[in-house]
Amino acid sequence: MAPHELERLATLVRPDRVHRSVYADPAIFDLEMERVFGRAWLVLGHESQVRAPGDYFTTRMGREPVIVIKKEDQTVGVLINRCAHRGSMVCAEGSGRLSTPGERFVCPYHGWSYDRAGILQAVPFASGYDKGKLPAGLKAVPRVKTYRGFIFASLSAQGEDLETFLGPARASFDDFVDRAPGGELEVAGGVFKHAYNGNWKLMLENHLDGAHPAWVHASSVAVARAAPEPGKPGEEHYYDIAVRQMRQNGAPDAVWEAIGMWTTPHGHGYMGDYHDDSRLVAGLGNPVFDEYRKRLIKHVGEKEADRILRVTLWNTIIYPNCSFMSQFRQLRIIHPIAVDRSVVYTYSFRMKDAPAQMFRDTVSFANVVNGTGSWVLTDDLEVYERLQRGLSSGEVDWVYIGRGHGRDVEEPNGVRRGATGTSEIFMRAQFAAWLRYLSQ
Amino acid sequence: MNVEQFLYHEARLLDTGQLEAWLELFTDDATYWLPLERDQKDPLETSSIIHDDRTLLALRVKQARHPRAHARLPLARTVHQVGNVVVEEANDEVRVSSTLQVVEFRNEKQRLYGALVEHRLRLVNGSFKIAHKRVDLVNSEGELDGIAILF
Repeated sequence: MAPHELERLATLVRPDRVHRSVYADPAIFDLEMERVFGRAWLVLGHESQVRAPGDYFTTRMGREPVIVIKKEDQTVGVLINRCAHRGSMVCAEGSGRLSTPGERFVCPYHGWSYDRAGILQAVPFASGYDKGKLPAGLKAVPRVKTYRGFIFASLSAQGEDLETFLGPARASFDDFVDRAPGGELEVAGGVFKHAYNGNWKLMLENHLDGAHPAWVHASSVAVARAAPEPGKPGEEHYYDIAVRQMRQNGAPDAVWEAIGMWTTPHGHGYMGDYHDDSRLVAGLGNPVFDEYRKRLIKHVGEKEADRILRVTLWNTIIYPNCSFMSQFRQLRIIHPIAVDRSVVYTYSFRMKDAPAQMFRDTVSFANVVNGTGSWVLTDDLEVYERLQRGLSSGEVDWVYIGRGHGRDVEEPNGVRRGATGTSEIFMRAQFAAWLRYLSQ
Repeated sequence: MNVEQFLYHEARLLDTGQLEAWLELFTDDATYWLPLERDQKDPLETSSIIHDDRTLLALRVKQARHPRAHARLPLARTVHQVGNVVVEEANDEVRVSSTLQVVEFRNEKQRLYGALVEHRLRLVNGSFKIAHKRVDLVNSEGELDGIAILF
């Protein structure tokens, strides 16, 4: 990058503010796709989505369409979903299985075909080509790794390893997996795909923002407070999880200030749990969770089970493309489409050896919080769109992200904690990482 | 009121913003369902765009009236166009299939929805009440902007 270009980028991010163009300038968006999404480790999914060799699903890495596939050797491969000939996507979007090693991805245009590893196997009218000049196959994404069942890939051949990238944020994945008796998790229950006319960063910022629920979600909090009371154990209603969760978003300011807010040098962040409703938090001893706790103890013993259930994390952001939480086992992956358009895929996970009711709770939670028709999400999306429209104005330059600035607390391993739970430290950390990616 | 007239009446209530009157069309044990997946059998183990009992449905109507319901203030203007009404079964309850097209306008954005709809209607004191309504959007599995209207 030319030195003057670097200097210009560096002027956009200041310790307590960022320039609005980082959300609104299409040229910056193109740079982000190349340097952030083109370099960082991205979360693509979970191994339960590709159990047997030949199982695949399609997704995106930034703007790149990719196929995630289980290979013969039981490792996961990621292929750019683009025919080596003329460029068509070889695989329609969705999921499926190449059920025998001989089965191929066949390009719909001229019939070039590829095996599970993406190697070019057959070319119609082959005599028209000089042998040896044909491409080897679909381009493979150079780095693919898993951490505790979650699939990551990087479009860059070089770079730090996954464990370094995740750093202390690994603990959030550990928490997610450790809570499942026997460690067995699977993607289940359908995928919400919601979209909004706003920049991709807005979602990652919002998910750690404890100062927004009282305002953005005021209407759903109010109607939930006025709703009929949820039932005691044994007398529960279908509506209980929805009502309980919407009420919790109205937690008093003191609760939001007291939850922890941590960031890592890579822009990852995680917040402590703000829930005090024992029906929503397995560690608070509600009898509904007794059977679950027993099954957890069966696998890891009582001491370890207690340790696991005492972890109180809510959302974790893995910068730049993922947000997840272990209590209700939700994982969201953001796909930037344009500077002002984003799509989010939301996955639910089932703990295979947990009581059936816990997955039903997960589905209820997903519907009320993350569903396309949710009382809660729709207000977030409305605000993202208003942000984007406001940030498109050229009259005001700066976005102020100074809440708690100057009072961050240093912790071991490069972790920084916000002075309070509503500190905007998570945005400052995300933009520090952003600037580093863009400046490399 | 015959079945067709009833469905038109229901659509008219939604299109004229009479959400409380619309809610009154539902029985106390009603379910209101927009499945996420095509041919979805189960609302408890698979997510739904909306799956409400009568209590939750009432909360949607109340939210629309809240002064800080950002995605619903102002309420979108809509036209619900009901078509292809077929009475599939008429026993204790009347099972009706229909098609629905909805045009929504809000925030300078116009959207079009298409859906297959199933009603289960019950006669209560001589009038139909909705015991179950299922709305299968043709793009339920697609990438959707937030949905803050009722169908």
